[in-house]
Amino acid sequence: MTSPIDKSQLISKLESILPSTSILHQTEDLHPYECDGLSAYRNLPLAVVLPNEIEQVQSILKICNELDVPVVARGAGTGLSGGALPLSDGILLSLAKFKEIIDIDPVQRVARVQPGVRNLAISDAVARYDLYYAPDPSSQIACTIGGNVAENSGGVHCLKYGLTIHNIQQIKIITIEGELLTIGGSGLDSPGYDLLALMTGSEGMLGVIVEVTVKLLPKPESAQVILAAFDDLIKAGKAVGDIISAGIIPAGLEMMDKLAIQAAEDFVHAGYPTDAAAILLCELDGSQAEVKENIKRVQHILEVSGATEVRIAQDEAERETFWKGRKAAFPAVGRISPDYYCMDGTIPRKHLPQVLQTMAKLSAEYDLPVANVFHAGDGNLHPLILYDANIPGELERTEDFGGKILELCVEVGGSITGEHGVGLEKINQMCVQFDALELTQFHAIKKAFDEKGLLNPGKAVPTLHRCAEFGAMHVHHGELPHPELERF
Amino acid sequence: MSKDNSQQIQAHILDAYKIKKALKICGGNSKHFYGHEVDAGSLDVSEHKGIISYEPTELVVTVRAGTLLSELETTLHESNQILPFEPPHFTDKATIGGTIACNLSGPARAYNGAARDFVLGSRIINGKAEDLKFGGQVMKNVAGYDASRLMCGAMGTLGVILDVSLKVLPKPETEITLAHQCDINQAMYNMHQWVKQSLPVTASCYDGSQLFIRLSGSDSSVNSARKIIGGEVIENSPLLWQQIKEQTHNFFKTDKALWRLSLSSNNPPLDIPGDTLYEWGAALRWLKTDSSSAEIREKLETVGGHAVLFRNNTSDTPAFHPLSDGLLNIHKKLKNAFDPQNILNPGVMYKDI
Repeated sequence: MTSPIDKSQLISKLESILPSTSILHQTEDLHPYECDGLSAYRNLPLAVVLPNEIEQVQSILKICNELDVPVVARGAGTGLSGGALPLSDGILLSLAKFKEIIDIDPVQRVARVQPGVRNLAISDAVARYDLYYAPDPSSQIACTIGGNVAENSGGVHCLKYGLTIHNIQQIKIITIEGELLTIGGSGLDSPGYDLLALMTGSEGMLGVIVEVTVKLLPKPESAQVILAAFDDLIKAGKAVGDIISAGIIPAGLEMMDKLAIQAAEDFVHAGYPTDAAAILLCELDGSQAEVKENIKRVQHILEVSGATEVRIAQDEAERETFWKGRKAAFPAVGRISPDYYCMDGTIPRKHLPQVLQTMAKLSAEYDLPVANVFHAGDGNLHPLILYDANIPGELERTEDFGGKILELCVEVGGSITGEHGVGLEKINQMCVQFDALELTQFHAIKKAFDEKGLLNPGKAVPTLHRCAEFGAMHVHHGELPHPELERF
Repeated sequence: MSKDNSQQIQAHILDAYKIKKALKICGGNSKHFYGHEVDAGSLDVSEHKGIISYEPTELVVTVRAGTLLSELETTLHESNQILPFEPPHFTDKATIGGTIACNLSGPARAYNGAARDFVLGSRIINGKAEDLKFGGQVMKNVAGYDASRLMCGAMGTLGVILDVSLKVLPKPETEITLAHQCDINQAMYNMHQWVKQSLPVTASCYDGSQLFIRLSGSDSSVNSARKIIGGEVIENSPLLWQQIKEQTHNFFKTDKALWRLSLSSNNPPLDIPGDTLYEWGAALRWLKTDSSSAEIREKLETVGGHAVLFRNNTSDTPAFHPLSDGLLNIHKKLKNAFDPQNILNPGVMYKDI
């Protein structure tokens, strides 16, 4: 049994290592931190700490470890899965003050930055060298690189340029014991286990990231986008496969359904064909010659695939207009419904027709409309369920519906989350995607870093107990393999 | 040939777990020289083989660990696709399981990514004989810790890889290699500049007198890059990179210790006596030398890199660069989390792991 936390003792210890302005513990000061991008869940922490030096983070974690106080790390709080939701008996560790770009090496094409640097600020800072940082989550204007690493963030260019894990080289973390570890190296690989992969996407469960070395890419000489309209979603889905089968890897390949198209068009007037059942946006980049050649090929493929209209952006301004609608899709949906719930499942693309049909059926059953925005190239679905939180029971029905969509993704061989993370939101669906042994292995990994379970407890990986309550524990053939081995 | 041998492998590990008997995991034994000899009875995984599923339009292949690398590559070529990390084979017995377990990549690594970058998911048996699946067959998947990538380069010490799902890519339309006679400083300058200009470079090598640059992609982009880069088009481009990748190039014919140095590409030539072959834009350097491991590793540490004694380890020099105390501690705990009896390939990487 752990004893309750003595808040005044905690605050006085924190005050010994931090200026009082870096510690918030009055209720009114805590409210801005009560939730992250998943605002349906709110909670106040015991205190918020805002260090600006690595040594302070080390001391904070040492204090928490000594007093058994849980710690939730937070970047910009833009995460969509509740990963940075505070805990009532814990502190919220904000990395927002770590905003410095420490070093840019244009020759080796890397930048060493503090975790609170915004994603887009990196690309802005290296633009003078004609370089950029590739992963571009839709929140890139606000989200920070520390959070990107913790969530293994993606974006619209993942198919060609990869996720965060493919675009970082080294990180520095602080363990719960307060030890500073350097993971990765200055070369393309490092000795020992791939801890960089393990840390990336670990949702603040294994350590606190205090520095990131990102890889930078040269800006492509040319980029061009094609917009294609379809009278049928399934045809649009097939066209995606046809482009990839032709040996073309687009820089971005996005799909939107009718409801998403209409909402986006009403909002930003991108010139989308509002009578279409689906549109595809296909961006190609590379040398001018290559882009010119591939645009022709893609145009042909789209026409053969049954597109009712194919438009090629004639200049940079039109290219931006085409993208504007897609990038504004979420807020656009926010305009047509009091609330919406954004899902993040991935599926093997070939199952798209089946998944879309089942989703339409579920939408009718739950009586909740769904707008679909889809990173089509890499099978990442973002169904947006439209609901009204003021109608009693509607949020619960929405969550239930969302859970069903994720379970459907797992059923066809996909995943419950492609880029938003599990956090608190999808913790029950983890019981569907993984069986008891696998979850137990995850807990063992966590224990290797965080013996007492103080880093972001209750997120990302459910306890077996929770899964049993959720009723979705996957137990093969009615029993755990090797019952002679100790469990729990 | 296709065969699911997972139950036998699991049973073998369970027996070993019960009596705490170490196992030496063997696929095609093509990389037996890499790391330390494991003094234990072998667990043969080469019979667990065959391609489980391959969807060219999804860019994903799922394959059993014992499948020959050559067989996998042949199948991909038939659909005009490749393993973008261009893994070395070393012998015709190389398996995909061993390739992933060692995380070895070829000339394209600096430009396309390493083996680990293309792993989407895996099924493993851990040291408690538990059959576990991590990741999946989709490009984006952030559910749970990335245990499948953790297996890459762990050399079987955390689990025996049964099946692995990999992202594949289309085979480039055209490939040429250009040669430039120059000194190392000019070679390094060129390697950096050309990549920075977004040219379709997919391999680079400097052998002491010539810089070789491979361009791959569409006809148009290769041709326009060729005009910018200049130099002589060599006759047999695939053969050159094959010799470098497989270490059959003359440089590798040596009895001296062969070191694999990995470091930031903008480091000037290191002051260590011996001969060096540069790859990956100078981020990978092969060194033939009589210098002591202490001297080499100290040099690498000062520049934030690491040194692997890759071949011809005639003494008991640790093959892999020593870890800091903090990292070693995490390694030991992770090993314990996957293999508490320390039965899977113990000592192949580090003592106690």
